[in-house]
Amino acid sequence: MAGAGARHRAAARPRPGVGETAPVRRLLIAATLLVLGCVLVLPLVSVFAEALRGGLGAYLASFRDPEALAAIRLTLLVAAIAVPVNIVFGLSAAWAIAKFSFPGKRLLITLIDLPYAVSPVVSGLVYIMIYGAHGVLGPWLAAHDLQVIFAVPGIVLATIFVTFPFVARELIPLMEEQGTEQEQAAMTLGASGWQTFRRVTLPNVRWALLYGVILCNARAMGEFGAVSVVSGHIRGKTATMPLQVEILYNEYNYVAAFAVASLLAMLALATLVAKAVVERRAGAASAQLATTGTATELQPREAP
Amino acid sequence: MKPGRTRRRVGVLPGFGPTLGITVFMVSVVVVIPLTGLFVRSAGLGFGGVWETVTTSRVLAAFRLSFGASLIAAAINAVVGFLVAWTLVRYEFPGKRIVDALVDLPFALPTAVSGIALTALFAPQGWVGRLLAPLGLPVAFTPLGVTVALIFIGLPFVVRTLQPALMDLDAEVEEAAAVLGAGRLQILGRVILPTVLPALLTGTTLAFARAVGEYGSVVFISGNMPHKTEIVPLLIVAKLEQYDYAGATAIGAVMLVLSFAILLAVNLLQGWTGRYREGN
Amino acid sequence: MSIEARHITKTFGAFRALDDVSLTVPTGRLMALLGPSGSGKTTLLRIIAGLEQADHGSGQVLFDDADVAVRPVRRRGVGFVFQHYALFRHLTVFDNVAFGLQVRPRKERPDKEEIRRRVGDLLRMVQLDTLADRYPGQLSGGQRQRVALARALAVEPQVLLLDEPFGALDAKVRKELRVWLRRLHDELHVTSVFVTHDQDEALEVADRVVVMNEGRIEQEGTPDEVFHHPATEFVMRFLGEVNQFHGRVDAGRVAFADVELDAGDHGRLAGPARVFVRPHEWDVSLAPPPQAAIRAVVKRVQSAGPVVRLELRTADGALLNAELPQETLEQLGLAAGSEVHVTPRRLRVFAADRLPPTAGD
Repeated sequence: MAGAGARHRAAARPRPGVGETAPVRRLLIAATLLVLGCVLVLPLVSVFAEALRGGLGAYLASFRDPEALAAIRLTLLVAAIAVPVNIVFGLSAAWAIAKFSFPGKRLLITLIDLPYAVSPVVSGLVYIMIYGAHGVLGPWLAAHDLQVIFAVPGIVLATIFVTFPFVARELIPLMEEQGTEQEQAAMTLGASGWQTFRRVTLPNVRWALLYGVILCNARAMGEFGAVSVVSGHIRGKTATMPLQVEILYNEYNYVAAFAVASLLAMLALATLVAKAVVERRAGAASAQLATTGTATELQPREAP
Repeated sequence: MKPGRTRRRVGVLPGFGPTLGITVFMVSVVVVIPLTGLFVRSAGLGFGGVWETVTTSRVLAAFRLSFGASLIAAAINAVVGFLVAWTLVRYEFPGKRIVDALVDLPFALPTAVSGIALTALFAPQGWVGRLLAPLGLPVAFTPLGVTVALIFIGLPFVVRTLQPALMDLDAEVEEAAAVLGAGRLQILGRVILPTVLPALLTGTTLAFARAVGEYGSVVFISGNMPHKTEIVPLLIVAKLEQYDYAGATAIGAVMLVLSFAILLAVNLLQGWTGRYREGN
Repeated sequence: MSIEARHITKTFGAFRALDDVSLTVPTGRLMALLGPSGSGKTTLLRIIAGLEQADHGSGQVLFDDADVAVRPVRRRGVGFVFQHYALFRHLTVFDNVAFGLQVRPRKERPDKEEIRRRVGDLLRMVQLDTLADRYPGQLSGGQRQRVALARALAVEPQVLLLDEPFGALDAKVRKELRVWLRRLHDELHVTSVFVTHDQDEALEVADRVVVMNEGRIEQEGTPDEVFHHPATEFVMRFLGEVNQFHGRVDAGRVAFADVELDAGDHGRLAGPARVFVRPHEWDVSLAPPPQAAIRAVVKRVQSAGPVVRLELRTADGALLNAELPQETLEQLGLAAGSEVHVTPRRLRVFAADRLPPTAGD
């Protein structure tokens, strides 16, 4: 997926010599809206419709359930651990990979990308094979009375795994593109390494970082497959919100299931809004950079 | 500073050691060791053991469904995704920014939520299911339902990969084709499609890869009947619930190998995308 | 085929790119549209090609006296060379050139053998026959330019339009291609129009030059006419360096910078005027010449190159540029600090009743 900045671009000026006639254009727009309406909007609307099927009272009552509250608390806790870990890792990886050259760099990037390609269920499975009762470290963990699988640490680990590439993958291409000139300039002006990072590097990548954090957070709070495998579904203890949705749904408690789901849907909508805002900001920031940067195109071209 | 270290550093920036250390440590602990662990465990089963597990009829049926439904969904997404990306890049219409943002909904919506929402829609008494049932077209709890869920989660991959490629199309190139006498469909077929084909294939492959491993949005709508509507990830969960760790490991290892193969294909495709670039 | 544009106006939002422009290109001529960025030259070219439309209700484009408004771009039969070539990067050089033939309706399409022969001929003509299987990404800028030209010529256009054909090339390749384009035109005699912002290119290559500014045509003529007899101040400034003075014309004489000279052709003007002298049109001498001359001090001598450039400061503090042959410098023995007298061999005077146009370069 492209970075935050690349995706926001102004539409080109219409070219009357080529392009579709107005009826064709309208037909294609209508087809797109129809398809997206059916594929995307309808499921989203149905979440809220199902949640409110029993009326507002029943909807709100779903959130007084102590298990639902425990699920919300656990989800927040997992995200509160996984997201900062990913920020530290993402910044470290991007600094090492983008600002230096060393052998094995491509391999490292590929390894960071791997979790994208792995099925969530397989992600959960590999942690069971390491930390589970039958896992490699299982006997040692049991001897020390540490429980990872079917407990919160396992959920956190699985979440870190599935969100692992999010921050790093936003930062690496951007920081590679920006090069090291500005940092070197800061160093020649007497800045320390940390000052250089804080005052030069971080401001340059802040939108991409925020973008990565938004995506990472959404996935951390919403991950289902991997967490489902390692959690053991212990109600009120190791059930995150998505797992709570499943538990309630499988008990035919649809209103409560969709009520919890509606919170997650609102999180998704908030994520989309935040993402769009960051993309616009990043687009504006990179446009500003282009006018002050050195790589401006100086080709004579007729207005407008 | 040791001379050996300065050689591999670009300029004078500090922090290479610690950041690379953190990175390598994290990659090892989070990715490399766990994934290697799975292979070591499956190696313990022996090739024969793995083969025996994954060639039982139930597992084979699951692989057939997972790959078949994913392939169909990816193909549909290629067509629909092209339409959506084209419209979003080329035309202006009210609400375009909202529509553009909404394309990412399947990324942002937790899969369990998508799963129960799609099931509610397509169940025989749901909003859509009610319309389809009289046509003799049951969706929920059939392979068709699995495909519908996979279309939902795969769509943004195609759209988001195609959009930048379509934006990068040089308007002058289309004008050049028009000046040379090409009609609109000829321009689409001979100029636009070949130029964005690598991006289209990359996006479709990504959608396919995601679909093969997808779990949350499928398990609710599929009905999970062995031999009929059971997908591979679900089968792994089922094996785990029966404490059949060997079986789960064997299937998981095969899935992992297939994922790597697809990842490799995507990387090759991306190399192909760059083949017309200057200097190649 | 002749091209005629009549009363073309084109606006982009609030920006008026073309303002009632009329132009005729006789059959077989090579015409340059010369002007700074934003002067409307590319827009005019694109309207002739059918890639843009003139504002609703304004103007006509005629090919051999037939209105082409009803013919969309793909049916106009023009060859168009784009500034950045717009080559199809997924097609080889051969397939790029063959494209225009291959997209013809089946009835009009030459057979495969014929296409191969024609493309081969064109590639030999542009000296690229050995690179037929390469992709555009593997070619140099000059080679791409020639592919673009061969591709445009493959459909045997009656009209060839080129948008800044050499704009994206480096100086040396640009010079070579200029000569080559001129020779090609002399062989093919296709009515051609090319857009450029480089006056040397226009003056060297074209039969006729149209100087454009702010959506209007300032002057049209042969390269000699526009260079030696600029019709407007803008043309004077755009086609080379100038020294500019404020002065007055009275009774056939022009007064500026402490001198009064015969106004020559410009004598019929009266009142405030702007006087222009090109740097190479000064006479420089150590002793006061018989006619009136401006006294100046040499500030700087730049003698590396075929001509010597002098920077002079007049008694009233104005800076002048002059260009002399190397021998003259040696004869006069000039150096920084020398006191000299300069007098124009030739000057051009324009009435100062309107604001000076902005200089092109």
